[in-house]
Amino acid sequence: MTVSIEVSGVSKEFARHYQRTLKQVAVAKMRRQQTKKTFWALRDVTFTVEQGEAIGLMGLNGSGKSTLLKHIMGVMRPTEGQVRTRGRVSGLIATGAGFHPQMTGRENIYMNAAILGMTQAETDAKYDDIAAFADVGEAMDTPVGNYSSGMFARLGFAVAVHVDCDVFIADEVLAVGDQPFKKKCLKKMEAVRDSGVTLFYVSHAAASVRRMCSRVIVLDKGVVGFDGDVDAGIKYLHYDDSEEPDQVEDEDTTDGELGSDV
Amino acid sequence: MAELAERHDLAHLPMVDPAAKGGLVGVFRRRYLLRLMVRRELRARYIGSKMGLLWSYINPLSRFLTFYFVFGIIIGRGQVPHFAIHLFAGMVLVNLFVESFNAGTRSIIQNKVVVQKMPLPREIFPIASTLVTLYHTGPQLVILLGACFITGSFQPDLVGMLAALLGFGIVILFGTGMGLMFSAVNVMYRDLTRVVRIFTGMVPFSVPMMYPYTLVQERFQDFPIIERLYLANPIAEAVLLIQRGFWITTVSDADAAEAKSEWGFQPGLHANFPDDLYARGLIMLGIAAVFLVLAQWVFTRLDDKIPDRLVA
Repeated sequence: MTVSIEVSGVSKEFARHYQRTLKQVAVAKMRRQQTKKTFWALRDVTFTVEQGEAIGLMGLNGSGKSTLLKHIMGVMRPTEGQVRTRGRVSGLIATGAGFHPQMTGRENIYMNAAILGMTQAETDAKYDDIAAFADVGEAMDTPVGNYSSGMFARLGFAVAVHVDCDVFIADEVLAVGDQPFKKKCLKKMEAVRDSGVTLFYVSHAAASVRRMCSRVIVLDKGVVGFDGDVDAGIKYLHYDDSEEPDQVEDEDTTDGELGSDV
Repeated sequence: MAELAERHDLAHLPMVDPAAKGGLVGVFRRRYLLRLMVRRELRARYIGSKMGLLWSYINPLSRFLTFYFVFGIIIGRGQVPHFAIHLFAGMVLVNLFVESFNAGTRSIIQNKVVVQKMPLPREIFPIASTLVTLYHTGPQLVILLGACFITGSFQPDLVGMLAALLGFGIVILFGTGMGLMFSAVNVMYRDLTRVVRIFTGMVPFSVPMMYPYTLVQERFQDFPIIERLYLANPIAEAVLLIQRGFWITTVSDADAAEAKSEWGFQPGLHANFPDDLYARGLIMLGIAAVFLVLAQWVFTRLDDKIPDRLVA
């Protein structure tokens, strides 16, 4: 197999700025207080993903999931260590990025697709599929500012899933989508996974991780706490407790199925 | 299925750093996106406006009329022939510079949603702002040309047009450089941006448009160092170059004979400009190019920290 993502010894340090103005810094210095404090959002994270694997990235809020995704996307650079990827990385990380509320759905599709790295020819070729998937009907030629939040989200999602990529990252709250649309999304993501694309899926919903993924990585305060089998990973997080709503849900899914807030 | 799997058989591809290759080269590689961004900016500016692009004519025209009234009629009546054109030619370049700087400075913060989520060559944002500004220079040039022809004595020459073009080149390079540098600086050091903004606020007054260059020469006769400093301002040099192309070429002999001499106006195509105007212009163009490289260097140094600092 081919290595798709290689994260080796990645650490990321962020600065917390306590004193912002010059006066505050001076006062703090006089009192011999710290003027700057840093913390590690990621600490020595190492793992390798092979092409075609479906990884579920889990962890409590603030455990560094978003930061890690930003490194794999190439938005951030690590303080230490390095990230290497093979092929085109895309996904549901920037749905609706660059949407201008006063421009039409059609114009925004082209803009968003270009931000995601698609060429004009590619977008032209896929436009009908995207429009069909978004399913906003005649609203396509009206400003997206008039869209309902569901329509807005659908449009963004539709563009993102039609990008031809080799690594697909899913990190998005889809709570606004209605049931049929969520099902459609999940199906589409399964299709993407089955086509040999590496899937990197962030979620708090144990059931959908079980359905989508073959391996789970759990981040715990910026450190890899667990890396391996899906069920064991969910157990590690204690997400398999009976109060967990995922337990009672059937194939038809419930709210939050695709949801993940990081 | 087998075919699909083959599509993602990537063994032949190298493992790469997922972060986008920045630099102006990286922007050029994404020129399709750049084009869309510029178009979006252009459309967004006048969206919901009944007069649309007409505003790009109305705004400079009204500002010009104000300036002209104050500096041409109240203060220096009859001192400089076709003073309105003298003023407006300068304003075209000053606006281009100041707007490139201001819009460029804001560009990354304005697009922070995209910047935080997608690995783009981040130089694309200030570059797009500069292109938008450049586009809006078009209507101003139309007004300028119209005014030149209205005088009835406009005799453009090739040297003058080349001089104006050189002036544009200097301003475009400096404006792009300033926008590029301060788009990144503004994310991290807001105070520095404010300091620089004080200086750009002085630009309209530090170039020979509301007063002629000859007045500067006259006032600082005994202090040539001040005159030299004045000419070290790239925008001042650019304004002189565009005036060589569009203002002095509208001054007929009769106009020149009528002009008063208190502000030092003298008849002749070259009398109202500093010596070695073109040589200075070419050197300034070189300096501007070096400055753009420096701006890119500063941007690259700050680039990695931009997504970290935008959060705060």
